[in-house]
Amino acid sequence: MDGEAVGSEAVSEDSGPGRRHRVHGMLKLYYGLNEEGKAEEQPESLDPCDINGPHFDPELFLNKLRRECSLAELMDQETCMVKQIRSLDSDMQTLVYENYNKFISATDTIRKMKNDFKKMEDEMDCLSANMAAITEFSARISGTLQDQHAQITKLSGVHTLLRKLQFLFELPARLNKCLELQAYAQAVRSHRRARCVLQQYSHLPSFKGIQDDCHAIMDKLAQELRQKFRDGGSSAKDLSECVELLLQLDEPAEELCDKFLSHAQSRLESDLQGLEAEIRPYPSASAMKDASGHRLSSTAAAGSPTYNSPKTSTIPSPTSNTDILEFIDRGCNEFVSSLCLVITSYQELFINHAQKGELASKNIPQMANGKLNAFVDDLAARYFSLVERRIQEEKGVADNSLLVRALDRFHRRLQAVTKLLPGSAVPNQGTEIVIRAATERVKQYLSALQSFYMDSLTDVRQALATPRLSVASASVAGGGAHLGGPASGRDAPNSLPELLSSLSASILNQIKSVLASVHLFTAKDITFSNKPYFKGEFCSQGVRESLVVSFIKFVCQSSRQFCESAGDKGGSTPPALLLLLSRLCLDYETSTISYILTLTDEQFLVQHHSPVTPVTTLCAEAREAAQKLLNHYVKVQGLIISQMLRKSVETRDWVNTIEPRNVRAVMKRVVEDTTSIDVQVGLLYEEGVRKAHSSDSSKRTFSVYSSSRQQARYAASYTPSAPMDTNLLSNIHKLFSERIDIFSSVEFNKVSVMTGIIKISLKTFLECVRLRTFGRYGLQQIQVDCHYLQMYLWRFVSDENLVHFMLDEIVGSSAHRCLDPAPMEQSVIEVICERG
Amino acid sequence: MEDDAPVIYGLEFQARALTAQTAETDAIRFLVGTQSLKFDNQIHIIDFDDENNIINKNVLLHQAGEIWHIGASPADKAVLTTCYNKSESYCFLLSLAPFTKLGSFALSLSVSLSLDSRVVSCAAVWRMPSDWETGSHESPDDSAHNPQTLELLCHLDDSAHSNAACVLWEPMGDGKRVISLADNHALLWDLQESSTQATVSSTATLEGKGQLKFTSGKWSPHHNCSQLATANDTAIRGWDLRTMSQIYCIENAHGQLVRDLDFNPNRQYYLASCGDDCKVKFWDVRNVQEPVKSLEEHSHWVWSVRYNHSHDQLVLTASSDSRLILSNMVSISSEPFGHLVDDEELSEGEDNHQEDKSKEPLKDSVVSTYEEHEDSVYAAEWSSADPWLFASLSYDGRLVINRVPRALKYRILL
Repeated sequence: MDGEAVGSEAVSEDSGPGRRHRVHGMLKLYYGLNEEGKAEEQPESLDPCDINGPHFDPELFLNKLRRECSLAELMDQETCMVKQIRSLDSDMQTLVYENYNKFISATDTIRKMKNDFKKMEDEMDCLSANMAAITEFSARISGTLQDQHAQITKLSGVHTLLRKLQFLFELPARLNKCLELQAYAQAVRSHRRARCVLQQYSHLPSFKGIQDDCHAIMDKLAQELRQKFRDGGSSAKDLSECVELLLQLDEPAEELCDKFLSHAQSRLESDLQGLEAEIRPYPSASAMKDASGHRLSSTAAAGSPTYNSPKTSTIPSPTSNTDILEFIDRGCNEFVSSLCLVITSYQELFINHAQKGELASKNIPQMANGKLNAFVDDLAARYFSLVERRIQEEKGVADNSLLVRALDRFHRRLQAVTKLLPGSAVPNQGTEIVIRAATERVKQYLSALQSFYMDSLTDVRQALATPRLSVASASVAGGGAHLGGPASGRDAPNSLPELLSSLSASILNQIKSVLASVHLFTAKDITFSNKPYFKGEFCSQGVRESLVVSFIKFVCQSSRQFCESAGDKGGSTPPALLLLLSRLCLDYETSTISYILTLTDEQFLVQHHSPVTPVTTLCAEAREAAQKLLNHYVKVQGLIISQMLRKSVETRDWVNTIEPRNVRAVMKRVVEDTTSIDVQVGLLYEEGVRKAHSSDSSKRTFSVYSSSRQQARYAASYTPSAPMDTNLLSNIHKLFSERIDIFSSVEFNKVSVMTGIIKISLKTFLECVRLRTFGRYGLQQIQVDCHYLQMYLWRFVSDENLVHFMLDEIVGSSAHRCLDPAPMEQSVIEVICERG
Repeated sequence: MEDDAPVIYGLEFQARALTAQTAETDAIRFLVGTQSLKFDNQIHIIDFDDENNIINKNVLLHQAGEIWHIGASPADKAVLTTCYNKSESYCFLLSLAPFTKLGSFALSLSVSLSLDSRVVSCAAVWRMPSDWETGSHESPDDSAHNPQTLELLCHLDDSAHSNAACVLWEPMGDGKRVISLADNHALLWDLQESSTQATVSSTATLEGKGQLKFTSGKWSPHHNCSQLATANDTAIRGWDLRTMSQIYCIENAHGQLVRDLDFNPNRQYYLASCGDDCKVKFWDVRNVQEPVKSLEEHSHWVWSVRYNHSHDQLVLTASSDSRLILSNMVSISSEPFGHLVDDEELSEGEDNHQEDKSKEPLKDSVVSTYEEHEDSVYAAEWSSADPWLFASLSYDGRLVINRVPRALKYRILL
């Protein structure tokens, strides 16, 4: 067993170290000196008992074996060792045998090769001798033929010269013939061939004569070509041929460019005039007929390809001469397409062609390009100004698709120019025009929206006013002075929420339709919609900011103006409108604004990250407007009731009045109006929270409760002995009750609004009472009136104690201002009030 | 810089009339007139001891009736005018005849007594008894001792014109001329023989449809005291006293009734007004279309507006929302850029320099809101002796004396 282990170890050692050494070498190369290698080498070299190791010590190994192993193990070890030695011996024998055989066969091969090389050497010697003989023969032959060859060469030279001379002598005739046949191209070709020769030998008289003749003919030819060029009637191909030939005749290229362009210009000019004529009659609608006649004549006079002018004349539209699409169409078809044609042929002639030939060296392409650009820019500028003028005349916002289509076509056609003239500023200018038109359009839409809003407000006003008239006339008969406002509330109830919803719906619809129209600018099939402006700025700044946001701001602002303008003059705006607008603004704050903006953002996917007005700002603005309107509403309504109360207090002689037998009509009027205001407000605003009050079903308990309190107060205030006590009770009350702000902000609910109105009215009542002096019955009348108010007003307010307190204050104050304070019996008051 | 707490004084009766004693420039003294229908009305002379923060009061009886307006002579400390309501309830004896006429009707209602009384508004010039001060000093707290009575100098009524709303003394005059506003008449009186005789020297009448009635007015201290401004309903009118003719009219100056007016003491064309629309407006009378400035700080009617006599940026307003508001209207004052500091003062010391640097341009603002009152405040007045001190009077008879906050005072002064 142990022997096996050793054996296996030996076998593994056989392959192991070799591989390991190789690996070591590489590792050392890579890491420099490797420590690990040393560590691994050391146990290998140090072990003297390793039978395959270099430090193997047989003595030690034997000793070790003898010391460590049992007899049986030693025996095993021995047999194993013997077996190994035997196998090693046989391996060595096989190896030696094989190597010997190979050596023998190699010796044989070398011997055979030696014989073969000797034969080959002989053959090579023979070949070199033959070659030398061939060389000698060929030298001899060429020596004999040399003379004849020289003669032949000379003869052929003479022949060519003669041919050339003949061509030269024949040239004038030939040119003439070409001229006759109008084969200009051939003539030029021939002349070019001869030109330099003639130039060279011009000192010889005969050649000089030929040259002169040729010159004369070529001048004539050039003349003819120029004439043809100038006539211009010829086709583009002829024209280009002309120019090409002229160029070859060394005609100055610059001049040719100029001529070509001026020629083209005259044609384009006529197109432009045609367009202009279409705009010109626009400003004066009355002179339309005259102008259209003039237009026709002018287009006819222009003499341009008039395939479009019959079309325009066949559509004599009654209001405007041509719509914008037609106009742009015409501009595109006539002007832009012929411009493109000019550009192409020009480029063909002066730039592409010149680059190929020898003319390129003369910087002609650059010069020609410069001229072309200037030319195109000039004409395009005029075209653009015309287009812009036409677009500016497009004021109506009815059909946006027409404008968009026109602009699209305009823009699309300009793309052709871009392709032809990559560096030109024309397409950019065109895009700018489109952008300007778009922003202008957005502005027009904004003003249209604004005027729509104002119009619908006027409609609402009328709707509010119409029923009012009939009721007002009825109520005037009833004897009230300032009754217009609340009366409107009485008849309006059915229509107020309807008016609100129809107003808000119609505004929303209008916004939607405007958005849809504006959306056309960014439609996918419109060429300019993928311009960066239309993808970004137009959406965010143009549509979102200057259209939608501006409109919302306008709504808020105009609403606020209602409060301000009406503030001093005492309410030129009907209160119902204030209420309605306030609700509208509040609705805007809660939902509409965010809805509109979401809609906008969805339709115009805003990729542009410029700062936009956040929804919250707009909402805050709307809320502020709503608050202001509602406050103003409260103020106006409060004022109307106040005026009634004030007049009723101021105009009566309270000292000499009769004993009260019923509630004054004014008070009934106040309650009626308050009720109608309550109904009106209730139509648009929610109920709101009120403080818990004593069971509202039983008015009786309420009045008893309050009357007992009143009684207590009277008792205190009328003790004449202690003047210091006069206000004690009310002062204590005031100490514990909160200060009442009369004209304060109200919340967006019915109760708060009503509380505000009633506060204003009662405070006025109080202040007026304090300015008067009362007799006994005057006081009693006030008592009756206040009780009546108490019976009806408490239900409108958030905290009935407020009404109690203020009415107590009124009665208390009038008691103070009474010469003979003798309050009426509570039961009598109740009877009177119940009687109505 | 703690501001001193306000000083509060309570009257027994309700009161509306308050004035500073104009001729008194040493002591801080206010006059208050009470309103009581049942007791003898009083004029309280209130002295404020600035150093000890103590109020001394003296009471004079005004038995003629309840006082609606009070004015102190600019020349003679002891002379004052009042507008008062005289309720002639004693005349019910005379009205027995009408009572019998109404007899059957009255009896049917089982009324035992019918009063045919009248309330008449009158105006009169009074003189305080010369020894009111000494008398009260002996027993200052003894309210039981009989107060002295005002001495009547003359009535400012004649048979044609009654119902005086207010009486105005010629500002800075010699105490010889007063104007009374009665119904729709403005009467210019000459006081003769130490104010014991009054004669109407000229009158102006407000004409128009309806029952027009002056509510208040102010005698302009500018233009040699030849101008008067009055308020009726929503309009403010200016009058030339030499010709007694109207010189300007601000129609619809306020949305509702105009309650009070005051002239800027330093800028001759500037006028402040207040009214029932809760607003205080400042006017340049050369351009009556638009107010120069409009404030809306109060939450109910504003009853009184007063310019500070020396620093016209300080404006005091009193309102029936029980508040008193002190505003700093720098932009329309005579010193819109603050106090102009002389070069000498600048070079005086570092402290001044630092002050200057920290001083920003002042803006129009509410300086403070005084909430010591619990009832409507109908009157507010600056002291004629101390420009930094003012009094306000609420209906429940509470008089509050306050000072301009020190921070502001020093900013104005330095």
